[in-house]
Amino acid sequence: MTDTIHTIGGGDPVAAFEAARDAARRAKRLQTAAGTALFGLAVAASVYIGEVRIDTFVEGLPGFVNYLNDIAPVLRPGHLAEDLAEWYWAFPRWLGLLWDTVLIAFAGTLLGGIGALVFCFPASRNLMPRYPVYFVARRLAEIARAVPELVYALIFVFAFGLGPLAGVLAIAVHTAGALGKLFAEVNENVDPKPIEGVIAAGGNWFQMIRYAVIPQVLPNYTSYGLLRFEINVRGAAVIGFVGAGGIGQELMFVIREFIYTDVSALVLMIVAAVVCIDISCEKLRHYLIGQEGLS
Amino acid sequence: MTPPANGPSSTATLRQRHPQLFGKTPAEKLRDRLIIAAVVAFSIYALGATGFFDLDKIFGGLGKLGHVLGFMLPPAHNGYFWDFMGGIFETLAMAFLGTLLAAIMGVPLGFLGAKNVVPQWVFHFGLRRFFDGIRGIDQLIWALIFINVVGLGPFAGILAIAVGDTGTFGKLFAEAIENIDKRQVEGVRAAGGSKIQIIRLGMLPQVLPVIVSQVLYYFESNTRSATILGIVGAGGIGLQLSDRIRVYNWDEAAFIIVMILVTVAIIDAGSRHVRERFIGKTEYRP
Repeated sequence: MTDTIHTIGGGDPVAAFEAARDAARRAKRLQTAAGTALFGLAVAASVYIGEVRIDTFVEGLPGFVNYLNDIAPVLRPGHLAEDLAEWYWAFPRWLGLLWDTVLIAFAGTLLGGIGALVFCFPASRNLMPRYPVYFVARRLAEIARAVPELVYALIFVFAFGLGPLAGVLAIAVHTAGALGKLFAEVNENVDPKPIEGVIAAGGNWFQMIRYAVIPQVLPNYTSYGLLRFEINVRGAAVIGFVGAGGIGQELMFVIREFIYTDVSALVLMIVAAVVCIDISCEKLRHYLIGQEGLS
Repeated sequence: MTPPANGPSSTATLRQRHPQLFGKTPAEKLRDRLIIAAVVAFSIYALGATGFFDLDKIFGGLGKLGHVLGFMLPPAHNGYFWDFMGGIFETLAMAFLGTLLAAIMGVPLGFLGAKNVVPQWVFHFGLRRFFDGIRGIDQLIWALIFINVVGLGPFAGILAIAVGDTGTFGKLFAEAIENIDKRQVEGVRAAGGSKIQIIRLGMLPQVLPVIVSQVLYYFESNTRSATILGIVGAGGIGLQLSDRIRVYNWDEAAFIIVMILVTVAIIDAGSRHVRERFIGKTEYRP
């Protein structure tokens, strides 16, 4: 280090050090300035492309506050029961729609999970000796995962008609990709010794998967599956926006038609359901992780 | 403990004394079977309730889906390429500004929501539940609401992303701030630093890498979600996609889907690059 400084400064190490430091600082400042300029340019371009207009926002802001005010229900302490009944005037029907939403999420997660189980073994580098099969399986899972559920739902609503079937299939395809990738990553981290054991004992590929891999990965699969179910409940709640069944269809309708208090009633129901399912899935997950002998 | 002698009698004794060592007891086996039966029964019910046993509908739909896939290939832009590119740029602008606004609002809220910054229990608990409430409402619902406020277009999408992610950032940043090393904070306080100086010099340097990493990660995630905000009318490429699907222009729809996939892949790679430059390679994922 000192040698370099000597050669640069031509004898005086202090001057050489100062010069090197100044050069480094200048380079750093230039980099920061360039970064800031680039960032500013990106912001300016986004503001232009995104049609951001402060005046619209400032005009809209009281509108937003009014909107929140409009959707808030009238709840008087003296008449709480009547007011609640009026706010949730269609409660039994909404509960049915919410239940449909949960069923859509469940069926979608189930079918997607089955799809992922089929996908994930060929998509694991350590379990699939044929590279082309691995490559195709991985890319298929990536494509299935990369297209949003709502886009699948738009297409499936055309093919299968309005209703929950399209929603289930949309969630299932996306889930198969997402879980397929996660499952494959779990598979790639298994202990190779049992695999060698089964192969050494003369097992074929399916026996190797069944007896050496499945027992190791099943707890992780269950955990990821439950996590995905939580995500899919949120997805199922909004997939109805394009006509794929569940409570989203109703929510879209009441927002579009400005049926104010219904908006808050439905949103609150969705949030409550999501929170309940999150909490129970978390409990179940912790319980399953505690049970090591899951097989 | 006397070591058990080998032989059938000693095995039987052991089995009697420690049944749990010899696999599951009959009661446990019964319970497991009941759980499996319940899950299978519920699965069949769920599939039935969502219309999976309506075979006519399934096969009719699959046939139609086959036609759709046939029309989708090959994807074509039919001269609308630059319109689609405009939609992609609009989507990126929405994700970028939405994430930026959310981060600007999320940082101070995160500090307010952290136990070690604002020790009052009620305040911090209330703020955290407020974050949860915002977070619990999907971006698409926010988008529908903001369309009512500022009208159709990308601005509604920006606000939807910004508001929804403010709750997420508030929660994530607050958690990051609560996990910092106390010693640096105490150092600044011991040297006579004010509350602001403690936050600026004792806390911010510790959480900044986490904040940058999270913001970049959510930028990626918002690029994906901004592509679909247009389906409900909040600007971006989703608007063109849902229009094409509504008029059965399948080859253009397929072209847009491919464009979305390419854009998302580029943003993912770019954001990973920036993240590694800023904070070094990390495995951290929320």
